Amino acid sequence: MDLSFTPEEEAFRAEVRAFLDENLPDELARKGRNTEGLTKEDMAGWHARLNARGWLAATWPTEHGGPGWGAVERHIFEEECARANAPRIVPFGLNMLGPVLIKFGTAEQKAEILPRILDGSDWWCQGYSEPGAGSDLASLKSRAVREGDEYVINGQKTWTTLGQHANRIFCLVRTSTEGKPQEGISFVLVDMDTPGVELRPIKLLDGGHEVNEVFFTDVRVPVSNLVGEENKGWTIAKYLLTHERTNIAGVGLSGKDLEKLKALSQQLVRGGRPLAQDPLFAAQMAEVEIDLEAMRVLNLRMLSAAKEGAAPGMQSSMLKIKGTVIRQRIQSLIKTALGASAAPFPARDLPENALSVPQEAAGAAAYYFNHRKLSIFGGSNEIQRNIIAKDLFGG
Amino acid sequence: MDFNLTEDRQMLSDTVRRYLADQYDFETRNGVIETAPYHSPAKWAELSELGLIGAFVSEAQGGFGGAGFDITTVFEELGRGLCPEPMLAALMSVRAAADCGADALVEEAISGAKRLAMAVFEPDADSLSLIRTSADQSSGSWVLNGRKSVVYGLPDADGALVAARTNTGIGLFLVEAPETIDYAMINGGGAGELILDNSPGTCLRENADDIIEAALDAGRLALCAEAVGVMDVLVDMTVDYLKQRKQFGRPIASFQALQHRAVDMAIEIEQCRSITILAASKLGTDEAGKYIAMAKNLIGRTGAMISEESIQLHGGIGMTWEYPGSHFAKRLAMIDHQLGDRYAQLQRVMGA
Repeated sequence: MDLSFTPEEEAFRAEVRAFLDENLPDELARKGRNTEGLTKEDMAGWHARLNARGWLAATWPTEHGGPGWGAVERHIFEEECARANAPRIVPFGLNMLGPVLIKFGTAEQKAEILPRILDGSDWWCQGYSEPGAGSDLASLKSRAVREGDEYVINGQKTWTTLGQHANRIFCLVRTSTEGKPQEGISFVLVDMDTPGVELRPIKLLDGGHEVNEVFFTDVRVPVSNLVGEENKGWTIAKYLLTHERTNIAGVGLSGKDLEKLKALSQQLVRGGRPLAQDPLFAAQMAEVEIDLEAMRVLNLRMLSAAKEGAAPGMQSSMLKIKGTVIRQRIQSLIKTALGASAAPFPARDLPENALSVPQEAAGAAAYYFNHRKLSIFGGSNEIQRNIIAKDLFGG
Repeated sequence: MDFNLTEDRQMLSDTVRRYLADQYDFETRNGVIETAPYHSPAKWAELSELGLIGAFVSEAQGGFGGAGFDITTVFEELGRGLCPEPMLAALMSVRAAADCGADALVEEAISGAKRLAMAVFEPDADSLSLIRTSADQSSGSWVLNGRKSVVYGLPDADGALVAARTNTGIGLFLVEAPETIDYAMINGGGAGELILDNSPGTCLRENADDIIEAALDAGRLALCAEAVGVMDVLVDMTVDYLKQRKQFGRPIASFQALQHRAVDMAIEIEQCRSITILAASKLGTDEAGKYIAMAKNLIGRTGAMISEESIQLHGGIGMTWEYPGSHFAKRLAMIDHQLGDRYAQLQRVMGA
C-alpha cells in the first residue's frame, strides 16, 4: 500500500500550480471564490489560456491537440484548478463531443470540428433529454427523417445547459421506430442557426439562466452531420456518458468548499462566539470532512485501478452518488452557517454594506438551491443506484 | 382529548385558505416578490380586513384570538398558500405591543392602518442577550443607535419595534419611518437592515426582555405551523408527480424505491404536525420556550429533508422557477434560518 503520487505526478502537480499562479486572472478567481456566474467571455478567455498551454482538451490524445493525459493527470489538474478557484472547463465540446468524434467520427468530421472546438470557434451544447425522456433517455421521440441527402428533424430537447452560448448542438434523434427503443437512435450534429431551431431559456429556482429548451421544427441538416452509423447512436450516447462521469466525485471542489466553510465558521458569530466553537455545528463540519477524506481515497483507488487499465463500472456510479451528496452537504452547511443572513436575494445586487456576512458567502443560499441539480443531472442518483444494483444483484 | 379545530378556528382556517386560493394565486405571488416592497400592499390590506392580525391577540388586549392554536391555524394556511405577506412581522410586533399595553398601536396594527416590523437581532447578535443597539434619553426623548439585521417585513413598514439597551435593561421602542436597506428574500417576501443613527424612538416599555422573548417564541411557533402547511403541499405535489410522470413505460410511482421516500416524507410531516400541536398548546405557559424550541428543531431538520427530497423526486422540473414546487421547497428550507435554526433550538432544549 502506498497512497502517494509518483515523483513525476508530483512534478506535474507543481507545474500545474505554477501555471495557475501565473495565468489565472484574479477576477476569475474572485468569481470562483464567490460562486458568481461567469460570462461567456470569462469562459472563452480561460479556455484560450489553457489552449495556448496545450491543456484545454484534457481527454484528447496528443495527435488531436490534447495533452495525452491519463486519469491521474486529469485528476491532479482538476484538483489544482479547484484549489485555485479556476473556472471549470465547459465540457460539451471538449469533454463530450471531442472524445466521441475521435472514436466514432469520420476523418472529415475530425478535421473540420476538433480544431474549432480547441480554438473556441464553435461552442457546442447537448441535445439529449426531452420532456418525456429523462432517466429513460432511450424513449426519446425527436424524429429525424431522411429525405435525399438531408435529415428533417422535428422535436424538442430540454435541460440544454449553456445552450444560449452555443452555435452548434449535438443531438440524439430517432431515425427508426423498429425494434428496441435503443436501436433506432442516431447521433446528429446541428447548427443552431439552421431555420427551425428555436432556443427558449428555462429560469431555475435560484433565478439563474443556465439551461434551455431547444425546439426543432422541420430542421434540415445534411446527412454528413450524422456521427457514426445511423441507428447506432445509443452506443455513442453511452460512450459519451462515461466521459461525462469523469471527475464525477468532484473531490477538489468539495475540498475547496470545505475550506470555505471552515473559514466562515471562524468569521461568523453565533451565540456570541465564532461558529466554529459551537460543538453542535463543529460536529457537522467534522463529519462531512470525514466523509470527504474517505471519498478522496475511494477516488484515488479508482484512479489507480483505471491507471492499471480497469474499466470504470459501478465505481463511477458510487463516486457520483457520494461526490454529489458530500458537495451538497457542505453547501447546506455553508448556508446554515450564515443563519438569518442567508435570506437576502439576489444578494449580489445589494450595496456593499447591506449585508453583515462576508461577500464571498452572500450567494450561499442561491448556490445551495442551484446545486440540488448535482444529484439530478448526469444520470440521477436514483439511476446510479439502479446501475449499482444491477452489478450487485445481476440482471 | 380532541384534536379538532374549534368551530371558530375552522372558519378562520377556511377563510384564509379560500382567500389565498381565490385571490393570491401563484402568478400573483411571483408577480410581487421580485420588486419592492416584495409583497402586495393591496393584499395586505385585504388580509388585515379579514381579521388575521386580530387573531394574533387576545380579546382582553383588543383582538379576538391570541392562543397558540389561533396562530397555528392562520400560519398553516399562509404556508399552504405560500403567502409572501409580512405576517410574521405583524404577529411578533402586535403581540409585543399588546404586552406593553400600547393599546392604540395594537388597534392600528390590527386594522391594518399601521404595518409594523419587529427588529431584534443584529449582525453579531442572534439572541436578545447579545444585542448592542442602545437607547438613550436626553431631555425627555429617546434616541437609538445601532444596526438591526434581516428584519422581516421592513421594506415600506410604517414603523419598527426595536429592542435596545437602556441603562436598566432591554427596552422596546417604536421607530417610525426608519432608515433601511431593503432587499427581497430568496424564498419570497422582503426584509432589510435597520440603520439607527440617533434615530428618535417612542418607548413602549423600558424593561421588555420577557415580552420580546415571548413575541419571538410566538414567531417561532408561527413558523412551525407555516412549515407544516408548506410540507403538506409539497408531499401532495410530489405524490401527484410520481403518479403522473411516466418513464420506462410506467408511472415512476410504481417503483417501490421512490414510494418509500414519499412515505418517509409523509411520516415525518405527521411528526412535525404533532410537535407543533404540542408547542401551540404550551404557548403562554412556563414551558412554552422548551416545547417551541423542540418543535422548531424538528421542523428545521425535517424541513430540509422534505425540501430536498421533493426537489429530487421531481427531477429537473423541481429545479425550475416556473414550477410552484420549487418555491415551496425554498420557503421550507429557509424557515430554519429564521429566529434561530435547529442548532440554536437544540441548545435551548438541551439547557431546558
